[in-house]
Amino acid sequence: MLTVLFDGIASGALLFLLAIGLSITLGIMNFTNLAHGAFAMLGGYLTVVMLNRWGISFFYCLPVAFLAPALAGVILERAFYSRLYDADPLDQVLFTIGLVFASIATASYLMGAQHQIIQVPHFLQGQIHVFSGFDMGTYRLFLLAFCGVITLLLHLVLMRTRFGSRLRAAVDNGRIARGLGINVNRLFAVTFGVGSGLAGLAGALGIEILNLDPVFPVKFLVYFLIVVAVGGTGTVGGPLAAALILGIFDVAGKYYVSQIGAFVIYAVMVAMLIWRPQGLFGKKAVR
Amino acid sequence: MGSIPKAAPATDSGDIKFKAEAEYLRAKASWRPYELVFWLLPIAAYFLLPKQLVLLSRVAVMGLFALSLDLILGYAGIISLGHAAFFGLGGYTAGLLAQHGFGEPISGLVMGALAAGILGFATSFLVMRGSDLTRLMVTLGICLMLMEAANKMRWLTGGADGLQGIAVSPILGVWTFDLFGRTAYIYSMAVLFLVFLLIRRVIRSPYGLALRGIKENQRRMQALGTPVTRRLVVAYTIGAALAGLAGALLTQTTQFVSLDVLSFDKSAEVLLMVTLGGAGTLYGGIIGGLALIVAQYLLSGISPEYWQFWVGIAFIALVFLARGGLVGLAQKGVAALSRGRGARAASQGG
Repeated sequence: MLTVLFDGIASGALLFLLAIGLSITLGIMNFTNLAHGAFAMLGGYLTVVMLNRWGISFFYCLPVAFLAPALAGVILERAFYSRLYDADPLDQVLFTIGLVFASIATASYLMGAQHQIIQVPHFLQGQIHVFSGFDMGTYRLFLLAFCGVITLLLHLVLMRTRFGSRLRAAVDNGRIARGLGINVNRLFAVTFGVGSGLAGLAGALGIEILNLDPVFPVKFLVYFLIVVAVGGTGTVGGPLAAALILGIFDVAGKYYVSQIGAFVIYAVMVAMLIWRPQGLFGKKAVR
Repeated sequence: MGSIPKAAPATDSGDIKFKAEAEYLRAKASWRPYELVFWLLPIAAYFLLPKQLVLLSRVAVMGLFALSLDLILGYAGIISLGHAAFFGLGGYTAGLLAQHGFGEPISGLVMGALAAGILGFATSFLVMRGSDLTRLMVTLGICLMLMEAANKMRWLTGGADGLQGIAVSPILGVWTFDLFGRTAYIYSMAVLFLVFLLIRRVIRSPYGLALRGIKENQRRMQALGTPVTRRLVVAYTIGAALAGLAGALLTQTTQFVSLDVLSFDKSAEVLLMVTLGGAGTLYGGIIGGLALIVAQYLLSGISPEYWQFWVGIAFIALVFLARGGLVGLAQKGVAALSRGRGARAASQGG
């Protein structure tokens, strides 16, 4: 019972890290970015290549798994996304689906269609036995701590820095923020880069748990959308709560009712939608 | 996209307004020469391309599927990431009926459409509940849910192996499905044409005008007293039912159905067909379907990853280069031509 709860919280924390970038960028520009998972996949595959082929330590892989997708995100943002800020949502959807397909094809061409497996460092393997009936996987504990630190950092940046207050202003009302002299476009580009980087980092951390393969961006798309739609935008707390709920229900569903386990998250989605169509904490939902 | 027609100022007496509206709709409903040419093409193809009838039946089926999405996307303005849910449900319904001995094709089509329509109606309320983003989530989620269900219920659907042993009886008890796909071709083209007539009628009715109004300015339509949600629910339900019809047609003409019909790729593919042809143009879906299937046929020798890559690039190119799709490009071309001709005539006259 506790083990399942713990695993659920760990995968929820991972999900949060995956989706937080999407939540923030969506909040600022109202940009429907369905290709968010592609950046996560990029981080994951880079780690696989560096770790398995070049034998670089897992901990050196992580910064690269953050920086490379962040860079890719900024480049793509400047080249393509920025031209679609005011476009029809349909255009944004089509463009990002295109990116998803191209990335899936590239990944399966370069890496093959199989699940990727990595060896995490030795001291992160195994279980910690707390008391009878409650075992914590060491890797999941590490994951939880890691995500906790990042969440705290994000929260501090968002709430305590000038950048953060500009960001919140842009999320609340982009037009007025612009009028006050905040360069919303640049803010968006930076946030997009950081968000993509965080997704990449989560993609690398999640290889062990999420089964990295080329269809990753599609497989987790609905998870991202649920986290963002349920969690609302502009805060760290909303998406975090949504991700934790989703993670716990997902793991518990697959563990206890494995026959219908995959349906649990959809049931959660429908229930949330009926109960709080405006999002979990949203005063107004994502438009 | 044209704007809402100015039928008559609302201040006029209702009588005049209705007359103008009826006249406008009648003018819109008359058949243009290019439309007649378009529908002569499939007849010509039957005689000219007898070896490609199987492929062309597929074009008809996917064209029908695209047409059903066009009603939802192009006319009602709802972006769906899971339209394959209805396609697949229709396909499995028809397939299961035929597998269990009810192989009569017409009733199979009706049952497929009915099942998908019911699902569409039931889920439309969830779809209407939120913003664009929530709609993406809900449509995608429903489709994934069906896919998971079909995968899990192996005893019913055959799981990943697909549904085997589908036997379809002759159409109206007369025409049997032959090996060369002649019957299948005529059957699917006929169904496509009939559905096309239906949709053409629907979008040129006052109801269709209301839909276009909603797409262009939902708040204004609400202020004018249009029950927006009810209109959208009807559109979504019709679109779902017709997608089910297309799925049933695919099952009957290929005598096979597998999980593939419920995949995200199918939903994305049909989205590409509609937008490639031109959303909200009635013919766009069919033209996009034709273009995509022919491209797939020509490139089928290459590896699947390659195909998927180019589909992705097609999406991106479409957004940046050919907004409005093929029909939009053609319209632009025609407009440019006639402008050129007009300018030439003016310069000659002066």
